[in-house]
Amino acid sequence: MIRLNMQKTPYRIGLPLLMMATMLTACHHDDKENSENRTFSITVTNLTANQPLSPLTAIAHTSGYHAFVDGEAASVALELIAEGGDNGALLTEAKAASQHLDSKSGTAPIGPGASDTIELSVTHGSKAHISLLSMLVNTNDAFTASNAYSVSDLAVHESRTINLSVWDAGTEANSEAAGTIPGPADQGEGYNATRNDIVNFVGIHRGVISADDGLATSVLDESHRFLNPAAKVTIKRID
Amino acid sequence: MKKFVLSTAALSFALVSLQAQATQFTVDVQNLTQGIYFTPLLVAAHNADTHLFKAGMKASDALQAMAEGGALTGLEADLDTASGQYSANPAGGLLAPGQSATTTSIDTGTSNNQYLSVVAMMLPTNDGFIGLDSYPIPTTPGTYTININGYDAGTEANDEIINGGGTPGVAGIPVAPGGDNGTGATGAANADTNTHVHIHRGVLGDTNATGGMSDLDSRIHRWLNPVARVTITVK
Repeated sequence: MIRLNMQKTPYRIGLPLLMMATMLTACHHDDKENSENRTFSITVTNLTANQPLSPLTAIAHTSGYHAFVDGEAASVALELIAEGGDNGALLTEAKAASQHLDSKSGTAPIGPGASDTIELSVTHGSKAHISLLSMLVNTNDAFTASNAYSVSDLAVHESRTINLSVWDAGTEANSEAAGTIPGPADQGEGYNATRNDIVNFVGIHRGVISADDGLATSVLDESHRFLNPAAKVTIKRID
Repeated sequence: MKKFVLSTAALSFALVSLQAQATQFTVDVQNLTQGIYFTPLLVAAHNADTHLFKAGMKASDALQAMAEGGALTGLEADLDTASGQYSANPAGGLLAPGQSATTTSIDTGTSNNQYLSVVAMMLPTNDGFIGLDSYPIPTTPGTYTININGYDAGTEANDEIINGGGTPGVAGIPVAPGGDNGTGATGAANADTNTHVHIHRGVLGDTNATGGMSDLDSRIHRWLNPVARVTITVK
């Protein structure tokens, strides 16, 4: 209740000011520009050498929703994505959140060099943020993400491109061992509720080592290594 | 929220004549790694001519002392000379993986201290440090987030041998605060080829607890950028 009030007040004050500014300057804003009903086309391109990305999780929301917080323990829903690419629980939780505007899952993994596009339609465009998540499937618990990126000021037909880093969910040891990695490099286990990473919180991933770089027990080879950024995202407001 | 803040600022600007305004802000620094500690942070507001470090330039003696051993006194003296303002050690010691620390409010008053720099040594490394050089401090109230990278001071060989060496010019790494290092390493690298401040190439590490090239653990002590997040909150 308090949160709703806080969001409403600045909106009420902000709109007249915005209108005043419009009158003083251009006067050619059409209704479409200021409409709260907006559709965003989101294209994610996999920039890695040999890390397929699990089907995208794309969520549009107002401020206050976070799929994860740096330095804090991952939710089980995030762990399911980071360890096994399964986004069902996170999408269910996102839909139940008061900040939720729209959300969708990609239909297939995104191979290295490939792209996928998802459209999200929102009813509170001037408050819209986009969160994206996807597992790097040839890892134990690595995921790439956009964490509540604001698109509230995108004009119609305007687009913006951002690069995404890779996080470690902190939920599974980066053993790189046979049987522990779900992607094609191993076809091993995905989600496992046991938390045995060196820490139990989300942080920027330190990269995979691979057998070629000295981790004898790794099923990964040098091609599975990655640096940031791992993905490129272009968000376009199409109406 | 953002729109409201910007609109208010615009209105103030329109109604009140332009005047020099003091900027009051706090700075939060978060360690984004999972296995690297930061020595006491130095968060500084300073003028356009002052730099704690410059990428592509030789490290000052004061920067070298910070990057090799975490010592801040040299950099603090440089800031004092330049009438800079700073918060030294807001974390009250090491900043552990995942943790963050916030400075008390800094008020630049009528000074020219309009640029923000942040440094701290990364442990365990030979001369790696987190660095932000001269970010223009915003004057519009709001929250500003900057992800920052790990640099190599270019002053010491990255031998990855933990021997307590933290004095400038002395080889070796002071300590692995997590107590998760090996011993008996033969040395991972010779003297730096690039002796200017540059983006750190990362550490090698190995999985040999009692020998090998490195005393670092390749499963714990590696990192990718960004290594830290700086959040400026302007009041």
